[in-house]
Amino acid sequence: MNTMNMLDKNLDTKTTKIAARDVNVYYGDSHAIKDVNVEIDANTVTAFIGPSGCGKSTFLRCINRMNDTIDVCRVTGDILLDGEDIYDKRVDPVQLRARVGMVFQKPNPFPKSIYDNVAYGPRIHGLSRNKAELDEIVEKSLRRAAIWEEVKDRLHAPGTGLSGGQQQRLCIARAIATEPEVLLMDEPCSALDPIATAQVEELIDELRANYSVVIVTHSMQQAARVSQKTAFFHLGNLVEFGPTGQIFTNPDDPRTESYITGRIG
Amino acid sequence: MKPPWAATPKSPQHIAIGWGGSSAPVVFLDQIQPVFFAAVTPELLMPLFWLVVVLLALTALGFWFGRRRALASAQGNPRHLHSLPVYYGANVAMSIAIPALLTLMVWLLAQPLLIENRVSGLIPQELIPESTSVGLVMSDVRRLAEGLDEAVLQNVMTQQEARSLDASTSDVRALLGSVGVALGSEVRPEVLEAAQQYRQLSRTGGNAMTLVCLLLAVVGFGLSIRRTHKDFRARNVVERGVLALLILAASLAILTTIGIVLSMLFETVNFFGLHAWTDFFFGSTWAPNFRGDSELSILPLLWGTLYISAIALLVAVPVGLFAAIYLSEYASPAVRSFAKPLLEILAGIPTIVYGLFALLTVGPLLLKLFGQGDNGILGLSWMTGATSVLTAGVVMGIMLIPFVSSLSDDIINAVPQSLRDGSLGLGATPSETIRQVVLPAALPGIVGAILLAASRAIGETMIVVMGAGAIAKFSANPFESMTTITTRVVSQLTGDTDFASPETLVAFALGLSLFVLTLGLNVLALYIVRKYREQYD
Repeated sequence: MNTMNMLDKNLDTKTTKIAARDVNVYYGDSHAIKDVNVEIDANTVTAFIGPSGCGKSTFLRCINRMNDTIDVCRVTGDILLDGEDIYDKRVDPVQLRARVGMVFQKPNPFPKSIYDNVAYGPRIHGLSRNKAELDEIVEKSLRRAAIWEEVKDRLHAPGTGLSGGQQQRLCIARAIATEPEVLLMDEPCSALDPIATAQVEELIDELRANYSVVIVTHSMQQAARVSQKTAFFHLGNLVEFGPTGQIFTNPDDPRTESYITGRIG
Repeated sequence: MKPPWAATPKSPQHIAIGWGGSSAPVVFLDQIQPVFFAAVTPELLMPLFWLVVVLLALTALGFWFGRRRALASAQGNPRHLHSLPVYYGANVAMSIAIPALLTLMVWLLAQPLLIENRVSGLIPQELIPESTSVGLVMSDVRRLAEGLDEAVLQNVMTQQEARSLDASTSDVRALLGSVGVALGSEVRPEVLEAAQQYRQLSRTGGNAMTLVCLLLAVVGFGLSIRRTHKDFRARNVVERGVLALLILAASLAILTTIGIVLSMLFETVNFFGLHAWTDFFFGSTWAPNFRGDSELSILPLLWGTLYISAIALLVAVPVGLFAAIYLSEYASPAVRSFAKPLLEILAGIPTIVYGLFALLTVGPLLLKLFGQGDNGILGLSWMTGATSVLTAGVVMGIMLIPFVSSLSDDIINAVPQSLRDGSLGLGATPSETIRQVVLPAALPGIVGAILLAASRAIGETMIVVMGAGAIAKFSANPFESMTTITTRVVSQLTGDTDFASPETLVAFALGLSLFVLTLGLNVLALYIVRKYREQYD
């Protein structure tokens, strides 16, 4: 009994933030995700890797119900966030998305000023009582996204005028301004050059202190650099999930090994 | 008049090279006068038709021949050709058709002008009655020439007789009356002579035109066939030809616009020569009369135009925009696929039908609501007649709804999905996303759409004629009748009017002002759309 408690305690330090049980996703007739079970820990960076079209982005979008915006998409199974089923009828997807933020593949700043981009979430969720508080949130978010120094003198310039890497960090700042619990990132560096990529990766590592981060990536080096846990998807199946070091050095499944060594994908 | 070619069946070969109803050998070189330009008469239609047919036949033949020759130069193997065989054919066809047809076109446009000039010199000054112009006499000449052609066609007289006809010895009017050409007055010898000269010039001019066109076609045929060889870059030549065609089409559109503006500009200058420009721009009354003391100020009309347009936009913009938002953001594909075409049907209704709607439905309805006496349900007695600014404005607004909604719908759809995803991903509701992200991003385009709708409202005529009345005045009361620039242009130009009076010419000044106004709005719309378009690209 004691040992069990000890074990539980041990697990507690790595709380399960998101748990997926038998998740299936269908786009019309095509079966995009097949019986995926995965547990994502709090304060951990989890990487989803796999060849194009394997369903990793689809699964990522299930976690904050972004797939609801696609008419033909149907999700079965349970996804639990802190033990609550997010597909329960009582859950408002809009509130869920405030808790589970998302950064997209292509930087998509709104056609507004840098300040308004970051203040967008706090404003719609009423996170600040006055202008001073909002200013503080904006500054804090921009600082945490490592872009404050570059934009502090032109907060009222349009966000679309920034470079690609700056835009993506602005989008990250925008996502963390709403203080989500989980941050989903769908190939956040695919449109960036190596320098901007390095900055974003550094940022992801820092974000781990406050959030659970789930990142979809096509770059295995990136997965190895930033993540603690890695999930390998192939043809809609979750093939293997485990600590990143183990997946990359000693994978259980031959398909994982083939992908990592570049033989499939 | 029945078509000439129905009256005289002839073998194509003969007519193709011949000219008119002549039974004599085709081209009399001695008949080609120093001036061989002549007017186009109905008689000319038949050979013109056959000339075009022959040119097209030559073109087709050239295509086939060019293609064959190119293949022959490559020993029948298309791989040895620089271009595909059809390009060689097309090159020959182009060389035949384009110079000949262009010449034909220019000739047909220039000939009547030149011949008119020449023949009108034959008419003595004293023959031109008081208060008419040489143009009126010239139309008599043309009519007489047509009559003679018709008489020859119906075999009432021979070509020779028509040429030697003398007004003093025969009753030309009765003669032509017998073939169905009625003349207004007795034919004077000078006019008959002018008409005969006119016919003569037309015939020789026509003959020369046929000859020149055919010659050009044959020369083009020969030159292009000689050039056709397997190394000849036919594809490049043909593509340059197509490019020239595209440029021609573009410049035609632009030149037409310039032409319209210039024609209005000249008449406007005439108008300002007859009427004080200060009254036109700064006067306060619109009261045209034909006693010569008209007050012709644009301002009351401009006020009416802008007032009615403003009401129309007040109706059209909210309804159209909301419809566009629903259709593009909320409606399911099934609803959208059926609601959008239905909305666009509104755009296909002729404005006169909207005018009827204003006159018969909306006007009386408004009168019932706001009118006086037994009519007024609300007992307000604000309105005295069915025609009012409000009637026209509301109906015009309905007309503009599909315009605003269709354009806005396209613009809203053009906002990238990634912006919507970004907003939804931050926990915004669809409605917040539309209000705070989609609409601001689409705003420049929507403003452009609204300005385009405004320029349509300003140019609208029929609805105003039927819905707003015809009284020009300054008034802020939307229940009163008013009128607009467009309807005054119509009323000044229709009916029995003297074309040289300021009361008529003011229509051009009004038209030009309207043009400047709508052009300004369109330029503004384009500017706004361009300036802000890159924001989300």
